Amino acid sequence: MATANKDQIEERVTEALVSFGADKDQVKREADWESLDVDSLDLVELSQIVEEEYGVQMKEEDMKEIKTVGDSIDFIAERAKS
Amino acid sequence: MADAGRPAGCALVTGASRGIGAAIARGLAEDGWAVGVNYRSDSDGAEAVVGQLEEGGGQALALQADVSDPGAADALFPPLEERFGPVLVLVNNAGMRVDGLAPQMEDDAWDKVLETNLTAPFRITRRALKGMMKARFGRIVNIASIVGQRANPGQANYAASKAGLIAFTSTVAAEVARRSVTVNSVAPGLVDTELTEGIGDELLRAIPARRAGTPEEIAACVRFLASEAASYVNGTTLTVDGGMTA
Repeated sequence: MATANKDQIEERVTEALVSFGADKDQVKREADWESLDVDSLDLVELSQIVEEEYGVQMKEEDMKEIKTVGDSIDFIAERAKS
Repeated sequence: MADAGRPAGCALVTGASRGIGAAIARGLAEDGWAVGVNYRSDSDGAEAVVGQLEEGGGQALALQADVSDPGAADALFPPLEERFGPVLVLVNNAGMRVDGLAPQMEDDAWDKVLETNLTAPFRITRRALKGMMKARFGRIVNIASIVGQRANPGQANYAASKAGLIAFTSTVAAEVARRSVTVNSVAPGLVDTELTEGIGDELLRAIPARRAGTPEEIAACVRFLASEAASYVNGTTLTVDGGMTA
């Protein structure tokens, strides 16, 4: 399982979002899911990647609070530390 | 014949030690899939199926698990993934009947049938979708029944489980279609297996084909739905009943 610093997490999250179809230039910390055309299935897949690679569970109730790219990076970084 | 260009991986057939499941396992092996042959208690049957597949030049692995056990997916997927790669074809075939008229049906008869025929496919599908979504390829085929589409007195629990499976199929199909994963059902009518022993004679008269189907006739439909050729068939139920519900 990967240990993670924030830059690496940002890189991995960006890579995942681009693979779902998001425009790489639009993937910024402040970008919200709607603006990136990232839907609920994409977020399920992102949570699977995060669990597999960082051992961090992003549950459905967590996802309600994670509204932007930055939120997701901060959430993963925080949980990956503990 | 193996489909060209499909990702590397394997197939898992639940309840594959005999009957329709064994025929499906044989068919998928003929199509080039390495096959996980799940069984609950019939290890001899499962090993015999594995032996047949290997004799035919295929790869197979017998996997013991009671699919109604909430932990069944954990017993089924890791050994298969380690040996053959991700499960890209899942056939939820394991099923059971505990018949009786609804006014007298015990809770246990209801619960057992729903757990095995509906909850287990949900749990196993949920686990399979992880690998399929990642691979951008997947084929899930749920073995339903025409009893999920029309009344059959004495089988309220079985009918409810199969009707639920059909609805589950179409909904999950709509959820994951854009990951190139298809989810379809096959609804057999009367098929000559141990599960249908004792209900054949009465029903035969209602079948235009005047005979029960064979496990191989069901397997042929599953093989199609599992193939790359069926890539645009999604969320549907293929009725295979000799014209019984026509």
